[in-house]
Amino acid sequence: MSAAMREAYRELAVVAAVVVAIGGAAALLLLAMGFPIAGGLTALWTGSFGSWYVFTSASLVRAVPLMLTGAAVALAFRGGVLNIGGEGQLLVGAAAAAAVALAMPSATVTVPLVIAAALLAAALGGALWASVAAYLRARYGVLEVISTIMLNFVALHLVSYLVRGPLQEPTHVYPQSATIVDALHLPRLPGAGRLHSGFVVALTVAVAAGWMLRRTAAGFRLVAAGENPAAATSAGGIDVRVTTARVFLLSGALAGLAGGVEVLGVTFALYENISPGYGYTAIAVALLARLDPWRVVATAVLFGALEAGAGAMQRDAGVPSTLVSVIEAALILAVVATQSFRSRRQRPDVGEHVQPVDA
Amino acid sequence: MPLGLAALGELLVERAGLINIGLEGAILAGAFGALVGASTAGGIGAGFAAAALAGLVIAMLFALCVIWIRADQIIAGTALTLLSVGATGTLYRALFGSSGAALRIPTSEPVAIPGVATLPVVGAALFSQPPITYFLYLLAPALAWWLARTHAGLALRAIGERPEAAEAAGIAVDRLRVLAILSGGVLGGLAGGTLVLAQAGTFAEGMSAGRGFIAIAIVVLGRWTPYGVAAGALLFGAASALQYAFQAMGWNAPYQVFLVVPYALTLAALAGAVGRARAPAALGRALETRR
Repeated sequence: MSAAMREAYRELAVVAAVVVAIGGAAALLLLAMGFPIAGGLTALWTGSFGSWYVFTSASLVRAVPLMLTGAAVALAFRGGVLNIGGEGQLLVGAAAAAAVALAMPSATVTVPLVIAAALLAAALGGALWASVAAYLRARYGVLEVISTIMLNFVALHLVSYLVRGPLQEPTHVYPQSATIVDALHLPRLPGAGRLHSGFVVALTVAVAAGWMLRRTAAGFRLVAAGENPAAATSAGGIDVRVTTARVFLLSGALAGLAGGVEVLGVTFALYENISPGYGYTAIAVALLARLDPWRVVATAVLFGALEAGAGAMQRDAGVPSTLVSVIEAALILAVVATQSFRSRRQRPDVGEHVQPVDA
Repeated sequence: MPLGLAALGELLVERAGLINIGLEGAILAGAFGALVGASTAGGIGAGFAAAALAGLVIAMLFALCVIWIRADQIIAGTALTLLSVGATGTLYRALFGSSGAALRIPTSEPVAIPGVATLPVVGAALFSQPPITYFLYLLAPALAWWLARTHAGLALRAIGERPEAAEAAGIAVDRLRVLAILSGGVLGGLAGGTLVLAQAGTFAEGMSAGRGFIAIAIVVLGRWTPYGVAAGALLFGAASALQYAFQAMGWNAPYQVFLVVPYALTLAALAGAVGRARAPAALGRALETRR
């Protein structure tokens, strides 16, 4: 069998596993809890792909932060960094963007400059948050899975403090920041409902990240350090420590940017529950995309639609929206299972990843 | 106390050369199981039994992924935690209503041990506790003895250090690893049960709040020994209690500062402990088989 055909079969197997996992998990859970299957699935569909307005205003709007955090996770995992901290980095990024946007009266400086500054602050905030875990890993060998999760909780409490303290709205009644002035909102895309220009930002970032992995020396170093650190050091002359630290920061910056885009494009204020777990969903998004930022674009849209559909399912059919987490977990396990059956532990497949992947 | 149970469970798993990030999921499942068990069957015993069972189910899924399918342990563990968050949330809303009307269930009463409970300072803190705590006191020495002195304990340590050599010596590596995972899951479930049945008296979505990950940090801090892990859990318990003490002292700081203490402490502990400690050599690595 040719390599191309094997690739095609594998792709098919993954897609089949995904479809079976989604449908099966959803139907089983609905059945087990005595909810109407048809009603639930109908609501899931109409709430996600039902109409152009729903698709753009609900599904694609939710796909934006997922695309950015998904690309962040994909880059990190490819570089051998298991960054589970997208949620915390996103929150810090959101806080940074809100702080900048609220601090700068739009009259004094030109608007695009303020927006750019706010988004830059978001990316820096995310990178700063990731740098704690990156430092702990580089200096003390602390497992980043644990440190990033701890930092997620710290970020949650940090936002909780900010919206009740320094960033609280002027009347000091509600735990949220003041609303960002209209001029600083990310402009909406024409003819696409509530979809904002953050979509273009996310798309650009995902495409650029995929291009970097495929075509640049930095991308090559990243993947080499992730695939086989020992070989990258000895044969490639790559400083794995530096490469790993850099990809960690970059990943944090992208997740932070997601928070900034969310604040300026959707919520227009900082509050506690600003993210319904985008940073965690991103892991499923990235794994399903087989850690390729280009495929992340598609999987982010799929998950954005799932999240939107789940909301509709809760409203229309009374099915708990947390069901989506179950579906996501089933998806991750399905993907992991189909990939593991290639038994990659016996067949070193370094070449497969290090060469530019065209598929 | 839930930290101690969960950490000792994870200790077993890690000494067998595996790392189960899904421990968080097992704790959460255990907490929910305890709620269901105690509120339907009634009674604290039923609650703990259901908690252990729920932890076992999550552990079985983890074993299925990493032993049978040989999936990446970290990713499988993360997925199972996510699964547990989703499943408990969904079932909780389906069974008890989405508003989550504060459902109270009876909690396990503290039992004072005559004689030692009246000791100054530590007496009340250590010996006037719910029964599950005394189980924990017995578990640590029992595990220490089992690991160090029994044939099975030696085998467990062997598969954590050199699984290939252990297999060559006739040890059924995979079977033993599955047993370790399942035991860890039961202990994680019991830890969740303790949260509900001995502390909160109710369930809340995501109530495990990262305790599974803190427990994994405690295993590192305790240098992979039962006594070290027990001491680490006590230290964390004391530190968490400190936040209430600080608040009672009327420190003029935002309350979020106190809430962050356990997480910050975990980060500090990991940074301080790693480097001096030595992990099982095969930690996180699958057994290479010739299939």
